[in-house]
Amino acid sequence: MTDLSASSFVRQDLVAERAAPAKTAGLIGFLRTRLLNSPGNILLTVLGLLLAWYIVVPTFKFLLVDAVWSGKDRTACLTEKAGHEVGACWPYIQAKLTQLIYGFYPEAQRWRVNLTYGLGAALLLPLLMPRLPAKGINSGLFFFAFPVVAFFLLHGGGIAGFGVSWTAGVLQLFEQSIGGAGDLLVNLSKSSAIAPLPWVLGKLLVLVGLLIHWLIFPLAWLRDQLQLSSLPVWGDFLVTAVIVSAVLFVLGGGVQTGRRALIGSLLSFAGIAVGIKLMGLDRGGFPIVDTRLWGGLLVTLVIAITGIVASMPIGIALALGRRSSIPLIRIFSIAFIEFWRGVPLITVLFFATYMLPLFVPGNFAVDGLLRALIGVAIFTGAYMAEVIRGGLAAVARGQAEAASALGLSWWKTTSLIVLPQALRYVIPGIVNSFISLFKDTSLVSIVALFDLLGSLRASFSDPNWSTPTTAFTGFAFAGMIYFVFCFGMSRYSLFVENRLNAHRRH
Amino acid sequence: MSIAPRKPPLQFALRLKRALGGKTGWNGLAAQIAFAAILAWIAYEIVANARTNLETQHIASGFGFLNYNAGFDVNLSLIAYNNSDTYWRVFFVGLLNTILVSVIGIVFATVIGFVVALCRLSPNWLLSRIGGIYVEIIRNLPVLFQILFWYLAVLAALPAPRQSISIFGMFFLNNRGLIVPQPVSEPGLYPFLAALAVGIVAALGLRHYARRALFQRGQMIRIWPYVLVGLVGLPLVSVLIFGGPLKFELPQLKGFNFAGGARIIPEFVALTVALSTYTAAFIAEIVRAGVMSVHKGQMEAGSSLGLSRAATLRLIVVPQAMRVIVPPLTSQYLNLTKNSSLAVAIGYPDLVSVFAGTAVSQTGQAIEIIAMTMGVYLLLSLTTSALMSVYGWRINRSMAA
Repeated sequence: MTDLSASSFVRQDLVAERAAPAKTAGLIGFLRTRLLNSPGNILLTVLGLLLAWYIVVPTFKFLLVDAVWSGKDRTACLTEKAGHEVGACWPYIQAKLTQLIYGFYPEAQRWRVNLTYGLGAALLLPLLMPRLPAKGINSGLFFFAFPVVAFFLLHGGGIAGFGVSWTAGVLQLFEQSIGGAGDLLVNLSKSSAIAPLPWVLGKLLVLVGLLIHWLIFPLAWLRDQLQLSSLPVWGDFLVTAVIVSAVLFVLGGGVQTGRRALIGSLLSFAGIAVGIKLMGLDRGGFPIVDTRLWGGLLVTLVIAITGIVASMPIGIALALGRRSSIPLIRIFSIAFIEFWRGVPLITVLFFATYMLPLFVPGNFAVDGLLRALIGVAIFTGAYMAEVIRGGLAAVARGQAEAASALGLSWWKTTSLIVLPQALRYVIPGIVNSFISLFKDTSLVSIVALFDLLGSLRASFSDPNWSTPTTAFTGFAFAGMIYFVFCFGMSRYSLFVENRLNAHRRH
Repeated sequence: MSIAPRKPPLQFALRLKRALGGKTGWNGLAAQIAFAAILAWIAYEIVANARTNLETQHIASGFGFLNYNAGFDVNLSLIAYNNSDTYWRVFFVGLLNTILVSVIGIVFATVIGFVVALCRLSPNWLLSRIGGIYVEIIRNLPVLFQILFWYLAVLAALPAPRQSISIFGMFFLNNRGLIVPQPVSEPGLYPFLAALAVGIVAALGLRHYARRALFQRGQMIRIWPYVLVGLVGLPLVSVLIFGGPLKFELPQLKGFNFAGGARIIPEFVALTVALSTYTAAFIAEIVRAGVMSVHKGQMEAGSSLGLSRAATLRLIVVPQAMRVIVPPLTSQYLNLTKNSSLAVAIGYPDLVSVFAGTAVSQTGQAIEIIAMTMGVYLLLSLTTSALMSVYGWRINRSMAA
């Protein structure tokens, strides 16, 4: 027998350590794995570095190193005066800053613009923070009260009446229009081959007009009485408040459940009264500043905010209409949405500027800014409708079915169950379309309004500041403003999206 | 006590109710009638007001003006045009200019967009960062801002013709635009084109034959040498026999301007650069999203079958990504075409600029002209969306199969 242990080999010393694997963490590892891991990648990295070098360094030099920081006029920004190659001409921005922010808004009245900015920010910021409570009141104030207050603050002017006068005025116009159409049809029937049809229709319309006339007779009488009194606005306000509150009280369910509606209505009217008193609307309000004097960032923000506020109801109505089962309403909604989405915004603005004034009665002068606002609102409304339709489609069918099983009507199902969920789903989409709306506001400079870009372009033609670098400086400044707004909104949209998808994260 | 069965509802009445009022029945019908009445009233108001307003402002109506003389010049036209031509011709000049800038912008936007998307998808950290910064900066600035930036800042800062920036002595960039060599046709052009056409047809035929051979008999045929001969060899032979197809006339500086060569107006350069870089940022995001939407298991399955990386990409990843990419890509092309209407801001003579701009201010017939302009764009987008629904339907069908 051989000795087993003699032939076996037992190693006496340790095997040498293997070299550590290449580092993949830390700066060295990062360089190795993400930048220099193959010859091709090294080449790409060098190319990328070169590209960055040739873009970043000149930009940095232009904006900061070579820039001129102070001066009175263009001579400060000329190479001969500065003694070195001149970059950005910042004194030009200092000189034009008020024009870029307020346009030609009178200097003494600029506090009104600042106050509006402040109010808007104070209402908007809490709305954007998901943690804060009272979203309902907050959004009501921002979407309904703020636009009205902002109008009277920015434009100025007061009111001559309130609810009763306005309702009576509108109904009277409607009655005249209906009566006119009826008379036209009756006249037409005299020369037409199918005489009886237009005649019957015309007589019917005249009859409807007469009916409206008798219906609004008490309203018109009340208005005339109120206008004769010493305090027409407050009298009208009181009557309107009483009527509206009473109607809401009855609709809300009378004595048993109507108290909530009544208190809400009274509180709203109290708020409106405070607003009227504070701004002195009953005594003519602030001095009127014509919209032709507005400009710069003010116009950009006014168009953007009005666009988003007005496009929401239009979008909701169109989205519901497109999903409606009633054929005519569905067809109309589809045609309306597809039409406005199919044409470029600039043609919509041309439409609003040149065609719209032809479509309203000749004695209505439509303000230039208002025309652009109408165009933007319709255009954005059509896009918003598609965003909201996406949200409506995302709400599970069972939700609406459960609501109708509980006996809720279509209106209640939609407004209490489906829409709140749908709107929550599409907040990122709404913010995205707000970004594109904000960018699109620059187009109004083509129809002779001076928004930020329009004011910038106008300031280029000032001979006091014409230097070789003026245009680049101006674009750098305006570009930063646009970028800050749009980038901020896109980050916010991402934040909301992540929050909504929190349950899906692993 | 027994419960008598209810009578079945009348089928005809039910159907009528459904057809007239949708699911809501008679209520729906009432809503429709009320809605139609409101629409009719609005339409009546618009027509009546427009008629009175046009009369008080002494503006003619109707499309008769299209046959009048336009009487203004257009600084870029693809078809023969002078200022005694009709408004009809102005319309087509503008339309062709819109199409020109859109097509060239789409080509560049696609190329830049795919390059940027490749950068963003690259494993190289620096490149993907550069791609990301490009996309963020470009997407967050208004397109009109970018058009004006290129036109008013960059192109206006270029030197006068005498100090033109020369690129290889063939292209000259100055503040009057880009001067490029002008191709002049030679007698060899037609034989060259014919040879090229034959080569293309032959290559397509060969490919078809090779695929059939592969799918039916499992026979692999290598066709690329023949395709190469057809596409390069045939035109080369034609050049040798009949002479070159084109001669390039180089621009020469004479006095204060260039003689020879073709001048591309600065408005066109600014518009094309701005539109293509702007749309490229959106295309890059679409392509990136499309490629990332393909599950990585697909790539792994491809390599486990023994396909090379290139073959996996070509046969497995790209076809699936294209399904996601094509619809939004088309809508970006449409957006570029619609954005080309911003030409009016810098005076490039596109449809909106010469027709809805100059022609409206000359004739005052805003209703007809703006309706025609909107109609052109509307037709374009409706056609595109119809084509896209057909595409989507086909994709859905092939996915279901």
